[in-house]
Amino acid sequence: MSVTVRVPTILRSLTGGASEVSVDGASTLVELLDKLDADHPGIKGRVLDESGKLRRFVNVYVGEEDVRFAGGLETPTPDGATVSIIPAVAGG
Amino acid sequence: MTTLLANSRDLGPTFGAAANLFCRECGATYDLGPGNACEQCFGPLEIGYDSSLLSLVTRESIEAGPRTMWRYGALLPATPVVDLQVGCTRLVKADNLARELGMKSLWVKDDSGNPTHSFKDRVVAVAASAARSLGFNVLSCASTGNLANAVAAAAARAGMRSVVFIPSDLEAGKVVTTAVYGGTLVAIDGTYDDVNRLCAEVAGEQEDWAFVNVNVRPFYAEGSKTVGFEIAEQLGWRLPQQVVVPVASGALLTKVDKAWREFAELGLVEGTPYKVFGAQATGCSPVSAAFKAGHDVVQPVRPSTIAKSLAIGNPADGVYALDVVRRTGGAVADVSDEEVVAGIQLLARTEGIFGETAGGVTVACLKALLASGQLDPEAETVILNTGDGLKTLDAVAPVAKPTTTIKPSLTEFRASGVAAP
Repeated sequence: MSVTVRVPTILRSLTGGASEVSVDGASTLVELLDKLDADHPGIKGRVLDESGKLRRFVNVYVGEEDVRFAGGLETPTPDGATVSIIPAVAGG
Repeated sequence: MTTLLANSRDLGPTFGAAANLFCRECGATYDLGPGNACEQCFGPLEIGYDSSLLSLVTRESIEAGPRTMWRYGALLPATPVVDLQVGCTRLVKADNLARELGMKSLWVKDDSGNPTHSFKDRVVAVAASAARSLGFNVLSCASTGNLANAVAAAAARAGMRSVVFIPSDLEAGKVVTTAVYGGTLVAIDGTYDDVNRLCAEVAGEQEDWAFVNVNVRPFYAEGSKTVGFEIAEQLGWRLPQQVVVPVASGALLTKVDKAWREFAELGLVEGTPYKVFGAQATGCSPVSAAFKAGHDVVQPVRPSTIAKSLAIGNPADGVYALDVVRRTGGAVADVSDEEVVAGIQLLARTEGIFGETAGGVTVACLKALLASGQLDPEAETVILNTGDGLKTLDAVAPVAKPTTTIKPSLTEFRASGVAAP
């Protein structure tokens, strides 16, 4: 069981510069963030705000799906999935 | 934060009065360099300026500058390393359109007169110059078309490589007017928002590419201030009472407001009150929907409109555009595609200005805002035409045809009825 997480440039200081990391044994996004934080302390607090919600200017995709339109933090992260964390402020 | 140049203090002259980057949400500050989002909270980064340098700007110093947007260079975060002679477009007194709409005083700021025929030349001028100064050799973007033109042309002029990403269903006119500059043009089977997401990911992988609206976005966005600066200077160093701005990402609207606040703070104009109005096509109207519902968040939508240059379903600056509109007492309107076409025709018929679909959206929303009583017909108003109708011919082709077709014969001419008034 392994999920690939694509790490945006601004969080790579927490992953030793890695642009992709693997997370094992997480079945939902919130579990994945917990496990990610255990490996890379501080990363969860960058993605979620103080109340535990996704920050306003971050988009998270499981595969092609924006989790805000799926199950939010409870969105399933099946084995083999790719999770992308992307700053929302782009374009226009 | 990635910084390509080690010592930010050395960047001063190269980046004008810009001093640092700061987060609009949490206030964290960073050295000048590439980057668009805050490391702490993902909030958008803005350019911070050295106020002692800004305060040196006078009407006289601006008037002594070139007849391009770089006359406002002291208020921008770049020096003109890449220069296509952008800006100083005409401000047209639109008396015929005003009469037709029952308005007292109306102006059209016509940015179709820029080198690649849209306001995007302004943002690219700043982004390309900053990118060059930061050491980038590749200029890239996600675009609905106008930006694609501007990036490809600026890169060609600067001798940089360009890699431009567009939705594959763009108007033919915008594909040709990008590809002709010889850069790499990647068409994506998806919406603009899909393209934008891909570019945000590619920007994380190709860190030696300057994506003008991703990792150079703080510099890029400041270029839009020059639309506001020019309007104020062209009106004789004063602000209008109302402005109608087309809304895609919302960045242009927020930067016109920022420009006028800066001019007022610097004493270049009197800080008279003004209302900012946003214009969207109903087929992609997330900001208008949020305004009408009283929300302070913008729910993304899947766009379906002929106004493709405004078809951003997940607008990056949507919430900030809402803030500006509400703070100034304006409103956001949206209009159908039929009204967009009628708006293009109305502007062309009354003022001889052929705007693209975004211009049609703006004219149609002006009309709608007058009808709803939200916009005051007695107050001096400026509307923005941000692009050239020649790029979106398909939108009006069905209704813009020869009045009649006859043989080269005087008899047929007489019979045609064309001579009658």
